Amino acid sequence: MATSTINVPNAGPVSGSRSFLAKLRNGDEIARVVTFLFAATVVLIVVLLVYQLWAGSALPRHKFGLSFFISKVWDPIGEEFGALPFIYGTVVTSAVALILAVPLGIGAAIFLAELAPQKISDPLQFFIDLLAAVPSVIYGVLGVFIVIPLMRVWIAPALKATLGFLPLFQGPAYGVGFLTAGIVLAIMIVPYIISVSREVLLSVPRDQREAALALGATRWESTWKVVVPFARTGIMGSIFLALARALGETMAVTMVIGNTPSISASLLAPGYSIAAVIANEFTEATTETYTQAFIELGLVLFLLTFILNGLARLLMMLTASRGSGTGRA
Amino acid sequence: MNMNSRLKMRKFVSAFMLTMTGVCAVTAVSVLFLILGYLVYHGGRDINWNFFTKLPTPVGESGGGMANAIVGSAKLLLLASLIGVPIGFFGAIYLAEFSGTKMAFVVRYSADLLNGVPSIVIGLFAFALVVHPFHHFSTIAGGFALGIMMIPITLRSTEEFLLGVPNSLREAAMALGASKWKTIATVIVPAAYRGILTAILLAFARVAGEAAPLLFTALGNRYWSPGWNQPIESLPHMIYIYALSPYEDWQRQAWAAGLVLLGLILAVNIVARVILARGVAVPRS
Amino acid sequence: MRRVAGMVVLGLALGGLALAQSSLLINGAGATFPYPIYSKWFDEYHKTNGAQINYQSVGSGAGIKQVTEGNVDFGASDGPMNDEQIKAYRSKNGSGILHFPTVLGAVVPTYNIPGVSVTLNFTPEALSGIFLGRISKWNDPAITGANKGVSLPGNDIVVIHRSDGSGTTYIWTDYLSKVSGDWKDKVSKGTSVSWPVGLGGKGNEGVTGLIKQTPNSIGYVELIYAAQNKILYGTVKNAAGSFVKADLASVTEAAASAVKTMPDDFRVSITNAPGKNAYPISSFTWLLIPEKFKDSAKRDALKGFLKWAITDGQNNVENLSYAKLPKEVVDKELKAIGKVQ
Repeated sequence: MATSTINVPNAGPVSGSRSFLAKLRNGDEIARVVTFLFAATVVLIVVLLVYQLWAGSALPRHKFGLSFFISKVWDPIGEEFGALPFIYGTVVTSAVALILAVPLGIGAAIFLAELAPQKISDPLQFFIDLLAAVPSVIYGVLGVFIVIPLMRVWIAPALKATLGFLPLFQGPAYGVGFLTAGIVLAIMIVPYIISVSREVLLSVPRDQREAALALGATRWESTWKVVVPFARTGIMGSIFLALARALGETMAVTMVIGNTPSISASLLAPGYSIAAVIANEFTEATTETYTQAFIELGLVLFLLTFILNGLARLLMMLTASRGSGTGRA
Repeated sequence: MNMNSRLKMRKFVSAFMLTMTGVCAVTAVSVLFLILGYLVYHGGRDINWNFFTKLPTPVGESGGGMANAIVGSAKLLLLASLIGVPIGFFGAIYLAEFSGTKMAFVVRYSADLLNGVPSIVIGLFAFALVVHPFHHFSTIAGGFALGIMMIPITLRSTEEFLLGVPNSLREAAMALGASKWKTIATVIVPAAYRGILTAILLAFARVAGEAAPLLFTALGNRYWSPGWNQPIESLPHMIYIYALSPYEDWQRQAWAAGLVLLGLILAVNIVARVILARGVAVPRS
Repeated sequence: MRRVAGMVVLGLALGGLALAQSSLLINGAGATFPYPIYSKWFDEYHKTNGAQINYQSVGSGAGIKQVTEGNVDFGASDGPMNDEQIKAYRSKNGSGILHFPTVLGAVVPTYNIPGVSVTLNFTPEALSGIFLGRISKWNDPAITGANKGVSLPGNDIVVIHRSDGSGTTYIWTDYLSKVSGDWKDKVSKGTSVSWPVGLGGKGNEGVTGLIKQTPNSIGYVELIYAAQNKILYGTVKNAAGSFVKADLASVTEAAASAVKTMPDDFRVSITNAPGKNAYPISSFTWLLIPEKFKDSAKRDALKGFLKWAITDGQNNVENLSYAKLPKEVVDKELKAIGKVQ
């Protein structure tokens, strides 16, 4: 059920000829209008943003058209721009980040909400919220000094030794690359998943758990099969937030991804992402076409987010029949 | 006997999975302590009275601080909250209590889209709207950029928590004759208050550490920024410049600034929860 | 709720009250390379003059854009503005913009080869070949030929370049374009280019970090960075045929030997300079000052600053590993300052 459609009827006739002022005196109408305006502002901002991105990228759009999406060339001097390597890098690093962060985040949230006593859970949550405040550049530096050496010396060789037959883990391991960026991103987005999921789990009514336990479920079964599905939409919402953060992250990614606009099946290879290339080259862009190419990249990322969000929502709607019964999009 | 061994298996799975969740939590928290440890180790020495009271000095000169950046961050975050929190909060109320499914879909989708925009692009957007027409960088432009970034997290999370309030509470209020807005203000929001506060503080923490959107809005300022219409300094921006500089002296100050930033966020978190604490309406299991 | 509102109002009032002195605030933006020395200079000048000159390192390209649009009072760039940009400035603002060199910098080749702890010599052919991807092993004759006595391994070279647009890249590619016709055709010069090979590190820090962590790698960083962090870097063969190591003297020499051919607007590239001991990968960095100022207080403060910076201010630069301007250039500039109205 998307809304609580409980409308308290008012004293007095509710006819069409009621004057606007009379309607205003009704507190509910004011509340509806006012909150509507705030909600509409969000849409307005997005529309304005898209307009700015569209208008500000006119030159490269006319010059390259659709080939911008499939070209692999990025030549600032020759003024040839193509977005494919960046799209690829953005998708791959975000996917890796989600694969790592979602189980970790949900697991931690379950622990904090279901198992840990409040005296431990609340302070721990404070600290995890702090992770969301760590500036991107600090994550980047830590990525350079800790994750890259770890990757080059321990993780990549281990992966190659065990799973090296997969094209995912082939090629030389420089330490930078898609996997490293994915790991750093995962750390950055995990607080959002934990924080929101924990709150949602905490707000699941007690009787749900008790009913499950009364029917003989183990603690885990009660949690995983009853409580978590009840909180499904909230948890999915937190994953949306995390995904969005991963897609748009700039500084930390650019310090560990290798900044090479190339497409490779191997996670150990260096790559590039949309946000990283914007952060790197935008301020030094000299010609108009070059500058606007970044605006167009911003537009491309927007489109990407649009599609990914749509797919995820579709997935949610298709699996909505089980569990909580709230099939909200 | 079959039942018994199945039961044993289920119990084992239960114990195992629950332990794994503990492992997850420990991992997440240890990362944080690793970061804090790094910051303390590399920047701890530079946190002193000067840091909080003096303006920055050029490289090599001791005795400088980041007083202007601390005040700058406070001003920027105040503005950002004034913009982001009302839009997110009241917008969420509309979605949860008043809107139809179509409008709700559009607004939620928009918020998610906004969340995915790289922070530097948000900065450029704010530049186009607030800096370019007036030909100067300003605190207002920076606050605007950060405020926009706060909206999606605030909106989506607040909506989730409002919707999570059981209908029984709404029905009870209605039975007592309360109008809709009164129900929202006195029953629903307080019931969801804990989650809403979490959402707002999360959004606040997110933008507190952002430097990219400030590059072309607040610009940065080595001196004090009078009023709201001049370029202004901020802690994340100082960290960005100093951490990537070739001077060890500045790099240490960057870590010190990181530590101070986290300390201030933690303080805000604690103060907010304590000052605005009321009883939690929905009991914890 | 009321408490929150009260706190908000108080906060706003306090923020507004920070309307302290009516001291002059001048804003400038541009190159990151000279940021340390500029911040030192502006601070020193502030102590004697009182004017607050706020310089932010947003990048040379952004600096040019912002000063052209009038969002800041002056700009700074590691590469001179090209004719198009100067025309754009003039058409937007009605008057011109002047370039003033302030300090000199250089870019050096750094490397990390297991077993090699000496200073290597690099010829222009070696450097361009490596960065074009044509020379792929360390024991290639182009490299060993200049380094007799050093045993170089047959390992693959890993090239590291800057990922972020920067004046450093501009200087490096400007040099390579001058010494290699192939480089000029295939890649050319700019703050960001399409690199034939290599990984990208963000900033000098990123490049150095990658080099430290990647065996058999080579990259380029600013001299001040290499000097301050005591990084091993090589010599480069200059136009006169000598292998010169970048240091403050050889960089100033590069500028001095280029003075004779310097145009009046100071927009000159001094890479591959002719001097005998000139370091071939050196460059000026410029302040971009508008020709006409509406605000006479700002104009006077900036003119005073410029005069001071290129004379007395030069005493501070070597501590921070920047090279001084040669005397001939300073004299020329002092005359040019009069053009700022």
